[in-house]
Amino acid sequence: MKRREFIKTTGAAGAYVGLGSLGLSSFTTAETKQITILHTNDVHSYIDPFPENHPKNPNKGGVARRAAVIKMIREENPNVLLVDAGDIFQGTPYFNYYGGELEFKLMNLMEYDVATIGNHDFDNGIDGLMTQLKKADFEMVSANYDLKNTVLDGLVSPYTLKIVDGVKIGIFGLGIALQGLVDVRNSKETKYLDPVEIATDTARLLRQEKKCDLVICLSHLGFNYPDDASKISDMLLAQKTENIDLIIGGHTHTFLDKPVVVSNRAGKKVLINQVGCYGLNLGRIDFYLTNDNQLAAKGTSIEIG
Amino acid sequence: MVKLKKYRSLRKYFVFILTFGILVACHRNPWTATRVTGTKIAIAESQPIDSTIEAVIQPYRQHIEKDLSTVLAYNPEPLDKSKGKWQTNIGCFMADITLEYVNKTLVQRGSAPAAICLLNHGGIRAVIPQGDVTARTAYEVMPFENSVVVLALKGTQISAMVDYLLQEKKPHPLSGLSFTLHDNHAESILVQGIPLDENKVYRVATSDYLSNGGDNMTFFSKALETEQTDYKIRNLLIDYFKATDTIRVNSTPRISIKE
Repeated sequence: MKRREFIKTTGAAGAYVGLGSLGLSSFTTAETKQITILHTNDVHSYIDPFPENHPKNPNKGGVARRAAVIKMIREENPNVLLVDAGDIFQGTPYFNYYGGELEFKLMNLMEYDVATIGNHDFDNGIDGLMTQLKKADFEMVSANYDLKNTVLDGLVSPYTLKIVDGVKIGIFGLGIALQGLVDVRNSKETKYLDPVEIATDTARLLRQEKKCDLVICLSHLGFNYPDDASKISDMLLAQKTENIDLIIGGHTHTFLDKPVVVSNRAGKKVLINQVGCYGLNLGRIDFYLTNDNQLAAKGTSIEIG
Repeated sequence: MVKLKKYRSLRKYFVFILTFGILVACHRNPWTATRVTGTKIAIAESQPIDSTIEAVIQPYRQHIEKDLSTVLAYNPEPLDKSKGKWQTNIGCFMADITLEYVNKTLVQRGSAPAAICLLNHGGIRAVIPQGDVTARTAYEVMPFENSVVVLALKGTQISAMVDYLLQEKKPHPLSGLSFTLHDNHAESILVQGIPLDENKVYRVATSDYLSNGGDNMTFFSKALETEQTDYKIRNLLIDYFKATDTIRVNSTPRISIKE
């Protein structure tokens, strides 16, 4: 597969060199690829479905069901990226009894690819998170938590690169301000850095230097704060930055019926999605991509269903 | 000399070829999205269950289940933090029993009791449904490992607490302190039914999370004394459920509105 692609690329380049101004697009067969992003946020250790007598979510959620849904989607399209936007921990006795061991074990089995750190992921202390993270098969990313002086140094990266069906995807993480939210006895020497600055730099790096086709931000900043307009949120982040295609959010437990589309500071479209909490929903975003310049120039249509 | 010149131009040519060659070899047409679709998949009863996953969960579940499923009390009405502007039934319940139970331990160890209890709305994590109440209920409502601390606060800080509550406009669980809201201004501020004296020192029960700066309750940082009780709020709830047959909530308003 890799070799075939290489030949295709060099072949096209050869044609370009030979025929110069005739252009590239007329000599390559346009391809379309489908990348499926599946996502959760704020699952908060909800492993079992809600009980039948629950006033709000009777018999909803549950990891065994989510796993079955993910499996079905993978059968239909194997080019899946499965991500989580933080607050994996805290909310049911599973966490109190086992400290997040089962949560991570199940995420490994469902083949999660990447997650970011939510404020409650510090609830058993940064050492508690480290203990579980060592057993994780998925990657943890956080670009604006400086973890150099903590036990997470080397276990968490600012971003990761994934190649799915030849499409290069850059994924970085953003965490919420710890002040007033996480006890310093738990977060220890974790330093919170400005998310807008960090996102601007990281997204530029991913898009321009790492040549990512898609740039995804896993954010635990919260969707928006109508009562505090200046507080950084996914809505503000999308508008104040560029080079980000999709923000998968968390923290505010916002149940969006459909992804929200915002214009970034360069006038390009950014998608923001968040699917509530407690594993009640699985978010799904499908990107249909082309490597045909002329098709690409026609722009992107966003269908929200 | 001539030879060298020739060599130089050859080298230039070589560098050019190399650079161009690298550019060509690295050339990769980017993948651009032409269409994006977004859907939300509800995880519900209708979906099948992954049996591998279920088998992994099973032993963990059984152990916890055994430990938590014993019925401790009966709850006659749903206690829900989303119902109420200035106070909620679950908030009144939590603050009242925290004050009552922490005072029991304070008295036992020879400390002075607390007059006020303030917790945070965000700290209540679940609804208590009508029906049987178990230790599981306490875990759902209070999943966090927070303990009660008792702080000595000057009356001026109690006024700051009142201002905070007015600004926050959230039904934070409150007990022992009451006031009337009139034109965005607090009147008749009472502590245990007696008018607030700004020169007096009051003992206030709260969670270690809030006393350490959580939810920006800055008045707690001005405490004159701090007493750690090491009494987890969840354990306090479980102790109350064990000692209670039917849950009774005192929903008397702590913040009243005067038109």
